[in-house]
Amino acid sequence: MQDLVVHLVFIGYAVAVLLLFGTVLTWVERKQAAIMSDRIGANRAYVRIPFTRVKLVWWGLFHGLADGLKMMLKEDWRPNAYDRFAYALAPWVVFTPVLLVFAVIPFGGTLVPGKLLHGVPELAAWFGDRAYPMQIARLDAGLLVVFAFAGLTIIGAMLAGWSSSNKFSLLGALRAGSQMISYELIMGLSILGLILVYGTVDLDAIARSQSAVLFGFLPAWGIFLQPFAATLFLTAAIAENKRIPFDLPEAESELIAGYYTEYSAMKMGLFMFAEFIEIAIVAALFTTLFLGGYNLPFMTDDGFVFPGGHLVPLGHTAIVVIQLASFLAKVLFMASFQILIRWTLPRFRWDQLLRFAWKFMFPLAFANLTVTAVAVWALHA
Amino acid sequence: MGWWERAYLPEIIRGLAITGGVFLKNMGRWMSFRKGALTTYYPEETRPDYARNNRGKHVLTQRPDGRPQCVACNMCATVCPAKVIEIEAAFDPDDPAHPKYPARFEIDYSRCIFCGLCVEACPEDAIRMVKEVPDLPSHDREHMWLSLDELLHWRPQSDVAKPYPPKGGEAKARP
Repeated sequence: MQDLVVHLVFIGYAVAVLLLFGTVLTWVERKQAAIMSDRIGANRAYVRIPFTRVKLVWWGLFHGLADGLKMMLKEDWRPNAYDRFAYALAPWVVFTPVLLVFAVIPFGGTLVPGKLLHGVPELAAWFGDRAYPMQIARLDAGLLVVFAFAGLTIIGAMLAGWSSSNKFSLLGALRAGSQMISYELIMGLSILGLILVYGTVDLDAIARSQSAVLFGFLPAWGIFLQPFAATLFLTAAIAENKRIPFDLPEAESELIAGYYTEYSAMKMGLFMFAEFIEIAIVAALFTTLFLGGYNLPFMTDDGFVFPGGHLVPLGHTAIVVIQLASFLAKVLFMASFQILIRWTLPRFRWDQLLRFAWKFMFPLAFANLTVTAVAVWALHA
Repeated sequence: MGWWERAYLPEIIRGLAITGGVFLKNMGRWMSFRKGALTTYYPEETRPDYARNNRGKHVLTQRPDGRPQCVACNMCATVCPAKVIEIEAAFDPDDPAHPKYPARFEIDYSRCIFCGLCVEACPEDAIRMVKEVPDLPSHDREHMWLSLDELLHWRPQSDVAKPYPPKGGEAKARP
Protein backbone atom coordinates (compact mmCIF):
# COMPACT_ATOMS: atom_id res chain seq x y z
CA MET A 1 0.00 0.00 0.00
CA GLN A 2 2.77 2.42 0.95
CA ASP A 3 4.63 1.46 -2.22
CA LEU A 4 1.56 2.19 -4.30
CA VAL A 5 1.10 5.66 -2.78
CA VAL A 6 4.75 6.60 -3.24
CA HIS A 7 4.87 5.35 -6.80
CA LEU A 8 1.65 7.12 -7.71
CA VAL A 9 3.20 10.33 -6.38
CA PHE A 10 6.34 9.68 -8.46
CA ILE A 11 4.33 8.99 -11.60
CA GLY A 12 2.24 12.09 -11.07
CA TYR A 13 5.38 14.16 -10.57
CA ALA A 14 7.08 12.75 -13.66
CA VAL A 15 4.07 13.24 -15.93
CA ALA A 16 3.52 16.75 -14.59
CA VAL A 17 7.16 17.64 -15.12
CA LEU A 18 7.19 16.26 -18.67
CA LEU A 19 3.99 17.97 -19.76
CA LEU A 20 5.15 21.19 -18.16
CA PHE A 21 8.45 20.95 -19.98
CA GLY A 22 6.63 20.24 -23.23
CA THR A 23 4.61 23.44 -22.85
CA VAL A 24 7.24 25.68 -21.34
CA LEU A 25 9.90 24.66 -23.86
CA THR A 26 7.78 26.02 -26.73
CA TRP A 27 7.91 29.35 -24.92
CA VAL A 28 11.61 29.01 -24.13
CA GLU A 29 12.33 28.21 -27.76
CA ARG A 30 10.42 31.22 -29.04
CA LYS A 31 11.87 33.64 -26.53
CA GLN A 32 15.42 32.34 -26.72
CA ALA A 33 15.42 32.45 -30.50
CA ALA A 34 14.06 35.97 -30.37
CA ILE A 35 16.60 37.20 -27.86
CA MET A 36 19.42 35.55 -29.78
CA SER A 37 18.43 37.53 -32.87
CA ASP A 38 17.78 40.91 -31.22
CA ARG A 39 14.02 40.50 -31.24
CA ILE A 40 11.38 40.50 -28.51
CA GLY A 41 9.50 37.32 -29.32
CA ALA A 42 5.88 36.35 -28.90
CA ASN A 43 4.28 38.71 -26.38
CA ARG A 44 0.70 39.38 -27.40
CA ALA A 45 -1.33 36.50 -25.95
CA TYR A 46 -2.83 37.32 -22.60
CA VAL A 47 -5.23 35.97 -20.01
CA ARG A 48 -7.74 38.53 -18.81
CA ILE A 49 -8.95 38.14 -15.24
CA PRO A 50 -12.74 37.83 -15.57
CA PHE A 51 -14.84 40.95 -14.89
CA THR A 52 -11.76 43.17 -14.74
CA ARG A 53 -9.60 44.90 -17.28
CA VAL A 54 -6.43 43.31 -15.88
CA LYS A 55 -4.55 41.52 -18.63
CA LEU A 56 -1.83 39.08 -17.67
CA VAL A 57 0.75 38.94 -20.43
CA TRP A 58 3.64 37.42 -18.47
CA TRP A 59 6.23 37.78 -21.21
CA GLY A 60 4.11 35.79 -23.65
CA LEU A 61 3.94 32.69 -21.49
CA PHE A 62 0.34 32.09 -22.54
CA HIS A 63 1.18 31.66 -26.21
CA GLY A 64 1.69 27.95 -25.54
CA LEU A 65 -1.79 27.80 -24.05
CA ALA A 66 -3.23 29.63 -27.04
CA ASP A 67 -1.47 27.21 -29.39
CA GLY A 68 -2.84 24.21 -27.52
CA LEU A 69 -6.36 25.63 -27.62
CA LYS A 70 -6.06 26.36 -31.33
CA MET A 71 -4.86 22.82 -32.07
CA MET A 72 -7.76 21.31 -30.12
CA LEU A 73 -10.39 23.44 -31.87
CA LYS A 74 -9.06 23.17 -35.42
CA GLU A 75 -10.69 21.00 -38.02
CA ASP A 76 -9.18 17.53 -38.05
CA TRP A 77 -8.69 17.30 -41.81
CA ARG A 78 -7.84 13.90 -43.26
CA PRO A 79 -6.53 13.01 -46.70
CA ASN A 80 -8.87 11.08 -48.96
CA ALA A 81 -6.82 7.98 -49.68
CA TYR A 82 -5.11 6.88 -46.55
CA ASP A 83 -4.65 3.89 -44.30
CA ARG A 84 -7.22 4.77 -41.67
CA PHE A 85 -5.90 2.67 -38.81
CA ALA A 86 -2.19 3.41 -39.18
CA TYR A 87 -2.91 7.09 -39.76
CA ALA A 88 -4.74 7.39 -36.45
CA LEU A 89 -2.21 5.27 -34.60
CA ALA A 90 1.00 6.99 -35.77
CA PRO A 91 0.97 10.13 -33.57
CA TRP A 92 0.47 7.99 -30.49
CA VAL A 93 3.27 5.63 -31.49
CA VAL A 94 5.53 8.66 -31.65
CA PHE A 95 4.22 10.27 -28.48
CA THR A 96 3.93 7.36 -26.02
CA PRO A 97 7.48 5.92 -26.10
CA VAL A 98 8.84 9.43 -25.56
CA LEU A 99 6.89 9.64 -22.30
CA LEU A 100 7.82 6.07 -21.33
CA VAL A 101 11.56 6.74 -21.53
CA PHE A 102 11.28 8.98 -18.50
CA ALA A 103 10.15 6.02 -16.37
CA VAL A 104 13.71 4.79 -15.87
CA ILE A 105 15.41 8.17 -15.43
CA PRO A 106 16.11 8.93 -11.76
CA PHE A 107 15.02 12.46 -10.88
CA GLY A 108 16.24 12.35 -7.29
CA GLY A 109 18.19 10.27 -4.79
CA THR A 110 16.65 8.10 -2.10
CA LEU A 111 13.39 9.21 -0.59
CA VAL A 112 12.51 8.16 2.96
CA PRO A 113 8.91 9.31 3.43
CA GLY A 114 9.09 8.56 7.18
CA LYS A 115 11.81 11.17 7.61
CA LEU A 116 10.23 13.62 5.23
CA LEU A 117 6.87 13.54 7.03
CA HIS A 118 8.19 13.60 10.60
CA GLY A 119 5.84 16.54 11.28
CA VAL A 120 2.88 14.17 10.95
CA PRO A 121 3.64 11.25 13.31
CA GLU A 122 0.79 9.00 12.10
CA LEU A 123 1.95 9.16 8.48
CA ALA A 124 5.59 8.84 9.48
CA ALA A 125 4.77 5.74 11.51
CA TRP A 126 2.73 4.32 8.63
CA PHE A 127 5.68 4.66 6.26
CA GLY A 128 8.19 3.41 8.85
CA ASP A 129 11.74 3.48 7.53
CA ARG A 130 10.98 2.41 3.99
CA ALA A 131 13.25 4.03 1.40
CA TYR A 132 12.50 4.55 -2.26
CA PRO A 133 14.80 5.60 -5.08
CA MET A 134 13.18 8.61 -6.76
CA GLN A 135 12.52 6.96 -10.09
CA ILE A 136 9.35 5.43 -11.45
CA ALA A 137 10.85 2.06 -12.33
CA ARG A 138 14.22 1.03 -10.99
CA LEU A 139 15.28 -1.47 -13.62
CA ASP A 140 18.67 -3.14 -13.84
CA ALA A 141 18.49 -2.69 -17.60
CA GLY A 142 17.66 1.01 -17.38
CA LEU A 143 19.78 2.25 -20.26
CA LEU A 144 18.68 -0.60 -22.52
CA VAL A 145 15.05 0.30 -21.86
CA VAL A 146 15.83 3.85 -22.90
CA PHE A 147 17.23 2.66 -26.21
CA ALA A 148 14.38 0.21 -26.75
CA PHE A 149 11.74 2.91 -26.34
CA ALA A 150 13.68 5.56 -28.22
CA GLY A 151 13.90 3.13 -31.14
CA LEU A 152 10.10 2.78 -31.19
CA THR A 153 9.57 6.36 -32.34
CA ILE A 154 11.04 5.41 -35.75
CA ILE A 155 8.05 3.14 -36.25
CA GLY A 156 5.69 6.00 -35.56
CA ALA A 157 7.42 8.27 -38.06
CA MET A 158 7.45 5.55 -40.72
CA LEU A 159 3.79 4.71 -40.05
CA ALA A 160 2.80 8.36 -40.37
CA GLY A 161 4.67 8.76 -43.65
CA TRP A 162 3.36 5.53 -45.14
CA SER A 163 -0.25 5.79 -44.09
CA SER A 164 -0.96 9.34 -45.24
CA SER A 165 -0.36 8.36 -48.91
CA ASN A 166 1.51 11.49 -49.85
CA LYS A 167 4.84 11.48 -51.63
CA PHE A 168 6.30 14.18 -49.42
CA SER A 169 5.27 12.22 -46.35
CA LEU A 170 6.77 9.05 -47.76
CA LEU A 171 10.07 10.77 -48.57
CA GLY A 172 10.13 12.25 -45.09
CA ALA A 173 9.45 8.86 -43.55
CA LEU A 174 12.23 7.24 -45.57
CA ARG A 175 14.63 9.93 -44.48
CA ALA A 176 13.47 9.63 -40.87
CA GLY A 177 14.00 5.87 -40.97
CA SER A 178 17.51 5.88 -42.36
CA GLN A 179 18.60 8.86 -40.29
CA MET A 180 17.29 7.53 -37.01
CA ILE A 181 18.72 4.07 -37.52
CA SER A 182 22.15 5.53 -38.37
CA TYR A 183 22.24 7.82 -35.38
CA GLU A 184 20.74 5.28 -33.00
CA LEU A 185 23.81 3.17 -33.67
CA ILE A 186 26.17 6.06 -32.91
CA MET A 187 24.23 6.89 -29.75
CA GLY A 188 24.59 3.32 -28.57
CA LEU A 189 28.29 3.14 -29.43
CA SER A 190 29.06 6.40 -27.66
CA ILE A 191 27.28 5.20 -24.53
CA LEU A 192 29.10 1.85 -24.53
CA GLY A 193 32.30 3.53 -23.34
CA LEU A 194 30.40 5.02 -20.43
CA ILE A 195 28.95 1.63 -19.54
CA LEU A 196 32.47 0.19 -19.53
CA VAL A 197 33.63 2.91 -17.14
CA TYR A 198 30.73 2.61 -14.73
CA GLY A 199 30.24 -1.12 -15.14
CA THR A 200 26.46 -0.94 -15.07
CA VAL A 201 23.46 0.06 -17.17
CA ASP A 202 21.35 0.95 -14.14
CA LEU A 203 20.81 4.70 -14.48
CA ASP A 204 20.48 5.30 -10.74
CA ALA A 205 23.79 3.53 -10.09
CA ILE A 206 25.41 5.58 -12.87
CA ALA A 207 24.10 8.81 -11.31
CA ARG A 208 25.32 7.76 -7.86
CA SER A 209 28.81 6.81 -8.99
CA GLN A 210 29.23 10.35 -10.37
CA SER A 211 29.33 11.72 -6.82
CA ALA A 212 32.91 10.49 -6.56
CA VAL A 213 35.91 12.77 -6.96
CA LEU A 214 38.42 12.65 -9.80
CA PHE A 215 42.11 13.62 -9.34
CA GLY A 216 41.21 15.10 -5.97
CA PHE A 217 39.25 18.12 -7.21
CA LEU A 218 37.07 17.31 -10.21
CA PRO A 219 33.58 15.83 -9.68
CA ALA A 220 33.56 12.44 -11.44
CA TRP A 221 30.95 13.50 -13.96
CA GLY A 222 30.61 11.56 -17.20
CA ILE A 223 31.47 14.66 -19.21
CA PHE A 224 34.94 14.75 -17.59
CA LEU A 225 35.45 11.00 -17.88
CA GLN A 226 34.18 10.70 -21.43
CA PRO A 227 34.18 14.14 -23.12
CA PHE A 228 34.16 12.65 -26.63
CA ALA A 229 31.29 10.36 -25.80
CA ALA A 230 29.35 13.32 -24.39
CA THR A 231 29.74 15.30 -27.62
CA LEU A 232 28.90 12.32 -29.81
CA PHE A 233 25.91 11.41 -27.66
CA LEU A 234 24.48 14.92 -27.73
CA THR A 235 24.93 15.16 -31.51
CA ALA A 236 23.34 11.78 -32.12
CA ALA A 237 20.52 12.57 -29.71
CA ILE A 238 19.69 15.80 -31.53
CA ALA A 239 19.74 13.85 -34.78
CA GLU A 240 17.40 11.29 -33.18
CA ASN A 241 15.07 14.11 -32.27
CA LYS A 242 15.13 15.30 -35.91
CA ARG A 243 15.80 18.92 -35.08
CA ILE A 244 17.95 21.40 -36.98
CA PRO A 245 20.74 20.80 -38.09
CA PHE A 246 19.40 17.27 -38.62
CA ASP A 247 15.78 18.03 -39.51
CA LEU A 248 15.91 16.49 -42.98
CA PRO A 249 12.81 14.31 -42.40
CA GLU A 250 10.69 17.42 -41.91
CA ALA A 251 12.68 19.91 -43.97
CA GLU A 252 10.01 22.43 -44.83
CA SER A 253 11.78 23.90 -47.84
CA GLU A 254 11.95 20.50 -49.50
CA LEU A 255 9.22 18.32 -48.02
CA ILE A 256 6.59 20.74 -46.64
CA ALA A 257 6.46 19.09 -43.22
CA GLY A 258 7.94 15.68 -44.03
CA TYR A 259 6.22 12.67 -42.56
CA TYR A 260 3.45 14.68 -40.88
CA THR A 261 2.49 16.79 -43.87
CA GLU A 262 -1.01 15.31 -43.94
CA TYR A 263 -1.69 15.72 -40.25
CA SER A 264 -3.70 18.57 -38.86
CA ALA A 265 -5.11 19.85 -35.59
CA MET A 266 -4.19 17.95 -32.44
CA LYS A 267 -2.64 15.01 -34.31
CA MET A 268 -0.05 17.37 -35.71
CA GLY A 269 0.13 18.93 -32.25
CA LEU A 270 1.07 15.54 -30.81
CA PHE A 271 4.05 15.30 -33.17
CA MET A 272 5.20 18.75 -32.14
CA PHE A 273 4.55 18.05 -28.47
CA ALA A 274 6.50 14.78 -28.69
CA GLU A 275 9.39 16.69 -30.23
CA PHE A 276 9.47 19.19 -27.38
CA ILE A 277 9.15 16.52 -24.71
CA GLU A 278 11.96 14.66 -26.43
CA ILE A 279 14.16 17.73 -25.95
CA ALA A 280 13.49 17.42 -22.23
CA ILE A 281 14.13 13.65 -22.36
CA VAL A 282 17.43 14.07 -24.17
CA ALA A 283 18.38 16.74 -21.65
CA ALA A 284 17.41 14.45 -18.76
CA LEU A 285 19.39 11.56 -20.22
CA PHE A 286 22.41 13.74 -20.80
CA THR A 287 22.14 15.06 -17.27
CA THR A 288 21.94 11.57 -15.81
CA LEU A 289 24.76 10.14 -17.88
CA PHE A 290 27.18 13.03 -18.12
CA LEU A 291 26.30 15.81 -15.70
CA GLY A 292 26.15 13.95 -12.40
CA GLY A 293 22.42 13.27 -12.48
CA TYR A 294 20.39 14.83 -9.72
CA ASN A 295 23.38 15.53 -7.46
CA LEU A 296 25.24 18.79 -7.23
CA PRO A 297 29.04 18.38 -7.43
CA PHE A 298 30.49 16.53 -4.41
CA MET A 299 26.98 15.73 -3.16
CA THR A 300 25.69 12.37 -1.95
CA ASP A 301 22.50 11.27 -0.22
CA ASP A 302 23.95 12.35 3.15
CA GLY A 303 25.28 15.81 2.35
CA PHE A 304 28.28 17.41 0.70
CA VAL A 305 31.72 15.81 0.85
CA PHE A 306 34.14 18.41 -0.45
CA PRO A 307 37.61 17.44 -1.62
CA GLY A 308 39.94 17.60 1.35
CA GLY A 309 37.49 15.71 3.54
CA HIS A 310 35.14 18.53 4.55
CA LEU A 311 31.79 16.96 5.34
CA VAL A 312 28.69 19.12 5.37
CA PRO A 313 25.77 16.94 6.49
CA LEU A 314 22.28 18.07 5.50
CA GLY A 315 18.80 17.10 6.64
CA HIS A 316 16.79 14.65 4.53
CA THR A 317 14.25 17.27 3.42
CA ALA A 318 16.98 19.67 2.29
CA ILE A 319 18.70 16.89 0.35
CA VAL A 320 15.50 15.86 -1.44
CA VAL A 321 14.63 19.45 -2.35
CA ILE A 322 18.17 20.19 -3.58
CA GLN A 323 18.24 17.01 -5.66
CA LEU A 324 14.87 17.64 -7.30
CA ALA A 325 15.74 21.28 -7.99
CA SER A 326 19.22 20.59 -9.33
CA PHE A 327 17.88 17.90 -11.65
CA LEU A 328 15.29 20.30 -13.05
CA ALA A 329 17.86 23.09 -13.37
CA LYS A 330 20.31 20.85 -15.22
CA VAL A 331 17.58 19.58 -17.54
CA LEU A 332 16.46 23.13 -18.28
CA PHE A 333 20.04 24.16 -18.98
CA MET A 334 20.60 21.27 -21.38
CA ALA A 335 17.26 21.93 -23.11
CA SER A 336 18.24 25.56 -23.52
CA PHE A 337 21.62 24.46 -24.92
CA GLN A 338 19.86 22.28 -27.50
CA ILE A 339 17.73 25.22 -28.50
CA LEU A 340 20.89 27.31 -28.83
CA ILE A 341 22.29 24.69 -31.21
CA ARG A 342 19.04 24.56 -33.14
CA TRP A 343 19.05 28.33 -33.76
CA THR A 344 22.75 28.51 -34.60
CA LEU A 345 23.52 25.82 -37.14
CA PRO A 346 22.21 25.49 -40.69
CA ARG A 347 20.69 22.28 -41.99
CA PHE A 348 22.81 19.52 -43.50
CA ARG A 349 22.31 18.24 -47.01
CA TRP A 350 20.97 14.69 -47.12
CA ASP A 351 24.15 13.04 -48.41
CA GLN A 352 26.23 15.11 -45.98
CA LEU A 353 24.03 13.92 -43.15
CA LEU A 354 24.59 10.22 -43.81
CA ARG A 355 28.27 10.71 -44.66
CA PHE A 356 28.65 12.60 -41.38
CA ALA A 357 27.07 9.69 -39.52
CA TRP A 358 28.93 6.81 -41.11
CA LYS A 359 32.30 8.28 -42.10
CA PHE A 360 32.85 10.79 -39.32
CA MET A 361 30.94 10.00 -36.17
CA PHE A 362 30.91 6.21 -36.45
CA PRO A 363 34.74 5.87 -36.56
CA LEU A 364 35.06 8.46 -33.78
CA ALA A 365 32.62 6.60 -31.58
CA PHE A 366 34.46 3.38 -32.31
CA ALA A 367 37.82 4.95 -31.52
CA ASN A 368 36.43 6.34 -28.29
CA LEU A 369 35.13 2.92 -27.34
CA THR A 370 38.47 1.26 -28.12
CA VAL A 371 40.50 3.75 -26.14
CA THR A 372 38.10 3.46 -23.20
CA ALA A 373 38.21 -0.33 -23.30
CA VAL A 374 42.02 -0.34 -23.31
CA ALA A 375 42.16 2.22 -20.51
CA VAL A 376 39.66 0.34 -18.33
CA TRP A 377 41.51 -2.92 -18.97
CA ALA A 378 44.87 -1.30 -18.11
CA LEU A 379 43.49 0.23 -14.90
CA HIS A 380 41.91 -3.02 -13.75
CA ALA A 381 44.81 -5.26 -14.73
CA MET B 1 37.80 24.13 -46.13
CA GLY B 2 40.93 23.18 -44.26
CA TRP B 3 41.12 20.21 -41.96
CA TRP B 4 40.37 22.47 -38.98
CA GLU B 5 37.08 23.56 -40.50
CA ARG B 6 36.25 20.06 -41.69
CA ALA B 7 36.51 18.80 -38.12
CA TYR B 8 33.13 20.52 -37.51
CA LEU B 9 33.48 20.84 -33.75
CA PRO B 10 35.76 23.92 -33.45
CA GLU B 11 33.69 25.87 -35.96
CA ILE B 12 30.45 24.79 -34.29
CA ILE B 13 31.79 25.97 -30.94
CA ARG B 14 32.77 29.28 -32.54
CA GLY B 15 29.26 29.67 -33.92
CA LEU B 16 27.69 28.77 -30.61
CA ALA B 17 29.93 31.30 -28.88
CA ILE B 18 28.71 34.05 -31.21
CA THR B 19 25.00 33.30 -30.84
CA GLY B 20 25.34 32.53 -27.15
CA GLY B 21 27.23 35.79 -26.66
CA VAL B 22 24.46 37.76 -28.33
CA PHE B 23 21.93 35.91 -26.20
CA LEU B 24 23.76 36.67 -22.95
CA LYS B 25 24.27 40.32 -23.91
CA ASN B 26 20.60 40.85 -24.73
CA MET B 27 19.47 38.81 -21.73
CA GLY B 28 21.66 40.96 -19.49
CA ARG B 29 19.96 44.05 -20.90
CA TRP B 30 16.49 42.60 -20.24
CA MET B 31 17.44 41.53 -16.72
CA SER B 32 18.66 45.05 -15.88
CA PHE B 33 15.35 46.57 -17.08
CA ARG B 34 16.73 47.87 -20.34
CA LYS B 35 15.56 46.86 -23.76
CA GLY B 36 17.54 44.04 -25.36
CA ALA B 37 15.96 44.18 -28.79
CA LEU B 38 15.68 46.47 -31.77
CA THR B 39 11.95 45.88 -32.06
CA THR B 40 9.45 48.59 -31.14
CA TYR B 41 6.19 47.61 -29.46
CA TYR B 42 4.08 49.00 -32.28
CA PRO B 43 1.44 50.48 -31.94
CA GLU B 44 1.95 51.20 -28.23
CA GLU B 45 5.35 52.59 -29.04
CA THR B 46 6.58 54.31 -32.19
CA ARG B 47 10.08 54.97 -33.34
CA PRO B 48 11.23 58.56 -32.88
CA ASP B 49 13.50 58.39 -35.89
CA TYR B 50 11.09 58.49 -38.84
CA ALA B 51 12.69 60.13 -41.87
CA ARG B 52 11.93 63.85 -42.10
CA ASN B 53 10.19 63.44 -45.45
CA ASN B 54 8.37 60.25 -44.57
CA ARG B 55 4.85 60.18 -45.98
CA GLY B 56 2.50 59.32 -43.15
CA LYS B 57 -1.02 60.18 -42.06
CA HIS B 58 -2.87 62.98 -43.86
CA VAL B 59 -3.80 66.33 -42.40
CA LEU B 60 -6.42 68.65 -43.86
CA THR B 61 -5.33 72.22 -43.27
CA GLN B 62 -7.71 74.70 -41.66
CA ARG B 63 -8.58 78.25 -42.48
CA PRO B 64 -8.18 80.77 -39.66
CA ASP B 65 -11.83 80.23 -38.74
CA GLY B 66 -11.39 76.48 -38.53
CA ARG B 67 -13.11 75.45 -41.75
CA PRO B 68 -11.23 73.12 -44.16
CA GLN B 69 -9.14 74.84 -46.77
CA CYS B 70 -10.31 72.19 -49.25
CA VAL B 71 -12.44 73.46 -52.12
CA ALA B 72 -13.68 69.99 -53.11
CA CYS B 73 -12.10 70.15 -56.55
CA ASN B 74 -11.61 66.37 -56.58
CA MET B 75 -8.04 66.63 -57.95
CA CYS B 76 -6.66 64.41 -55.19
CA ALA B 77 -9.42 61.86 -55.62
CA THR B 78 -8.74 61.80 -59.38
CA VAL B 79 -4.99 61.39 -59.10
CA CYS B 80 -5.16 58.83 -56.30
CA PRO B 81 -3.88 55.54 -57.78
CA ALA B 82 -5.57 53.47 -55.10
CA LYS B 83 -8.89 55.35 -55.37
CA VAL B 84 -9.19 55.71 -51.62
CA ILE B 85 -10.35 59.36 -51.36
CA GLU B 86 -14.07 60.05 -51.42
CA ILE B 87 -15.25 63.65 -51.55
CA GLU B 88 -18.83 64.89 -51.56
CA ALA B 89 -18.94 68.56 -52.54
CA ALA B 90 -21.52 71.00 -51.25
CA PHE B 91 -22.48 74.62 -51.98
CA ASP B 92 -22.09 77.40 -49.44
CA PRO B 93 -23.85 80.64 -50.66
CA ASP B 94 -22.56 82.57 -47.61
CA ASP B 95 -18.94 82.43 -48.77
CA PRO B 96 -18.65 83.93 -52.26
CA ALA B 97 -14.85 83.47 -52.33
CA HIS B 98 -15.13 79.69 -51.80
CA PRO B 99 -18.64 78.59 -52.59
CA LYS B 100 -17.66 74.91 -52.90
CA TYR B 101 -16.67 72.97 -49.80
CA PRO B 102 -16.43 69.28 -48.90
CA ALA B 103 -19.45 68.00 -47.02
CA ARG B 104 -17.78 64.66 -46.75
CA PHE B 105 -14.06 63.89 -47.17
CA GLU B 106 -12.98 60.37 -46.35
CA ILE B 107 -9.79 58.38 -46.79
CA ASP B 108 -9.74 54.60 -46.65
CA TYR B 109 -6.46 53.78 -44.95
CA SER B 110 -6.87 50.06 -45.50
CA ARG B 111 -6.06 50.71 -49.16
CA CYS B 112 -4.00 53.91 -49.07
CA ILE B 113 -0.51 53.34 -50.45
CA PHE B 114 0.98 56.55 -49.00
CA CYS B 115 2.34 57.67 -52.39
CA GLY B 116 1.79 61.37 -51.67
CA LEU B 117 0.27 62.14 -55.10
CA CYS B 118 -2.76 63.75 -53.44
CA VAL B 119 -0.50 66.22 -51.69
CA GLU B 120 1.24 67.06 -54.95
CA ALA B 121 -2.02 67.43 -56.84
CA CYS B 122 -3.73 69.74 -54.37
CA PRO B 123 -3.93 73.33 -55.73
CA GLU B 124 -4.90 74.81 -52.38
CA ASP B 125 -2.38 73.19 -50.01
CA ALA B 126 -5.43 71.71 -48.33
CA ILE B 127 -4.02 68.23 -47.81
CA ARG B 128 -0.67 67.45 -46.27
CA MET B 129 1.11 64.43 -44.92
CA VAL B 130 2.96 64.31 -41.60
CA LYS B 131 5.79 61.88 -41.06
CA GLU B 132 4.08 59.79 -38.35
CA VAL B 133 1.31 57.23 -38.78
CA PRO B 134 -0.39 57.24 -35.36
CA ASP B 135 -3.48 55.17 -34.49
CA LEU B 136 -3.91 53.71 -37.96
CA PRO B 137 -4.00 49.97 -37.07
CA SER B 138 -7.47 48.72 -36.35
CA HIS B 139 -9.41 45.50 -35.90
CA ASP B 140 -11.91 46.04 -38.73
CA ARG B 141 -12.13 47.84 -42.03
CA GLU B 142 -14.89 50.26 -40.97
CA HIS B 143 -12.53 51.86 -38.50
CA MET B 144 -9.95 52.45 -41.19
CA TRP B 145 -12.14 55.01 -42.96
CA LEU B 146 -11.10 58.34 -41.48
CA SER B 147 -13.60 61.19 -41.74
CA LEU B 148 -13.26 64.90 -42.47
CA ASP B 149 -13.54 65.67 -38.79
CA GLU B 150 -10.70 63.37 -37.80
CA LEU B 151 -8.42 64.52 -40.62
CA LEU B 152 -9.08 68.17 -39.84
CA HIS B 153 -8.63 68.02 -36.12
CA TRP B 154 -6.26 65.20 -35.14
CA ARG B 155 -3.31 67.53 -35.55
CA PRO B 156 -4.56 71.02 -36.55
CA GLN B 157 -2.44 72.74 -39.19
CA SER B 158 -3.11 75.86 -41.17
CA ASP B 159 -1.57 77.47 -44.22
CA VAL B 160 0.21 80.62 -43.07
CA ALA B 161 0.71 81.74 -46.68
CA LYS B 162 -3.04 82.12 -47.19
CA PRO B 163 -4.49 84.23 -44.38
CA TYR B 164 -8.03 84.26 -45.76
CA PRO B 165 -10.35 86.71 -44.11
CA PRO B 166 -12.93 84.85 -42.12
CA LYS B 167 -16.26 84.22 -43.77
CA GLY B 168 -18.59 87.23 -43.65
CA GLY B 169 -15.77 89.58 -42.62
CA GLU B 170 -15.74 88.60 -38.96
CA ALA B 171 -14.39 85.64 -36.99
CA LYS B 172 -17.07 82.98 -36.84
CA ALA B 173 -16.05 79.68 -35.38
CA ARG B 174 -17.69 76.71 -36.99
CA PRO B 175 -18.73 73.96 -34.65
